[in-house]
Amino acid sequence: MIALLLRDLKLAFRAGGGFGLGLAFFLIVTVLVPFSVGPQSSLLSTIAPGVLWLGALLACLLSLDRLLALDWEDGSLDLLATAPLPLEAVVSIKALAHWLTTGLPLVLAAPFLGVLLNLPVPGFFWLVISLLIGTPAMSVIGTFGAALTVGLKRGGLLLSLLVLPLYVPTLIFGAEVARRGATGMETQTPLLMLAGITAATIALLPFASAAVLRINLR
Amino acid sequence: MTLTVTDLAITRGGIPVLEGLNFSLQTGQALILRGPNGIGKTTLLRTLAGLQPALNGTIDGAEDRIAYASHSDGLKPTLSVVENLTFWASVFGTHDIQPALDAFALNELSDRHAGNLSAGQKRRLGLARMLVTGRPIWMLDEPTVSLDKSAVQMFADAVRAHLGQGGSALIATHIDLGLDGAVLDVGPNKAKPKPIDDFDGGFL
Repeated sequence: MIALLLRDLKLAFRAGGGFGLGLAFFLIVTVLVPFSVGPQSSLLSTIAPGVLWLGALLACLLSLDRLLALDWEDGSLDLLATAPLPLEAVVSIKALAHWLTTGLPLVLAAPFLGVLLNLPVPGFFWLVISLLIGTPAMSVIGTFGAALTVGLKRGGLLLSLLVLPLYVPTLIFGAEVARRGATGMETQTPLLMLAGITAATIALLPFASAAVLRINLR
Repeated sequence: MTLTVTDLAITRGGIPVLEGLNFSLQTGQALILRGPNGIGKTTLLRTLAGLQPALNGTIDGAEDRIAYASHSDGLKPTLSVVENLTFWASVFGTHDIQPALDAFALNELSDRHAGNLSAGQKRRLGLARMLVTGRPIWMLDEPTVSLDKSAVQMFADAVRAHLGQGGSALIATHIDLGLDGAVLDVGPNKAKPKPIDDFDGGFL
């Protein structure tokens, strides 16, 4: 399992691995929003938590179609399925590798991009906390979507359509935590909901992903 | 332990392709799988490897003992030869990749990225993966595609050595490898089309 994780991380950082893709997209979105909305700093600080969360979500979505498709194309997925590793472990590791190469950099970059959007000072802490708790769910749900569409040529469109509705609860509660945190309100309820969603997806979805992957590999 | 297949029927894309397959694969034995294109050799190997369910029949002694090599080699172009092999070795819980590098003359290519290898060299690396799996039953699907004569010889030697160590192999191939294995011709097992018994069968 460690070998698979290390291989995926190595592949992501090598040429053509797509490591910077999500991060660059996140950067572009947050840099362009102030230009399109205009220089009203009060308006920007109102929308900052929502824009940052939406940017992170779309950046995460952007890298999903490579998550399993590359392994499927070169045949390694077939070979992994016949290896001693259970497929549940394979998809969990894939999700973890995706989070480490896409989700975690977004979490780390978010406070710096928050400055560009005039995010109120108390909001930085809650933005990082909410992204840290929410992005693992996005990787796990994304892995499920990738497993569903793995055999399809140009499955990216279908993948986004399937995954976006599943991202909605995470987005609502995640952005709510960041928004409440930025305005100095109580954050406990949405934070617990967000953590609950993440915990549930991590616990349940790998089994679903492995099951659909088995069907798709036939 | 023997791999035994009893009355196996398999499907490809929902359509039965082979039925009534009975054979067994003893340790130390190689079985050469033959049959015309499209008969279902690849489907049979995939079914035996556990990648798809059988329509009918039983497969005994296959669980966690098969190393499967498909048409594609499962190589990552941005990893080097050694990194690719080491990865598969650790997935299968083995460590020593040197015998595999020696058997397929990959030593001088060991630092090369797999993406820069020729088709034949990639195939050799894909076959070297079988050696690092440490599994007793090899299932090979057209293993000699794009291999030159000496590489085919290397492969035949590797299979012979594997058989000598108590392994066994099921090889779908169209060429003569010089192995003294039995031939399993699946041609006669072609699934017969089902009689139309739909409610609208009478109209057709």
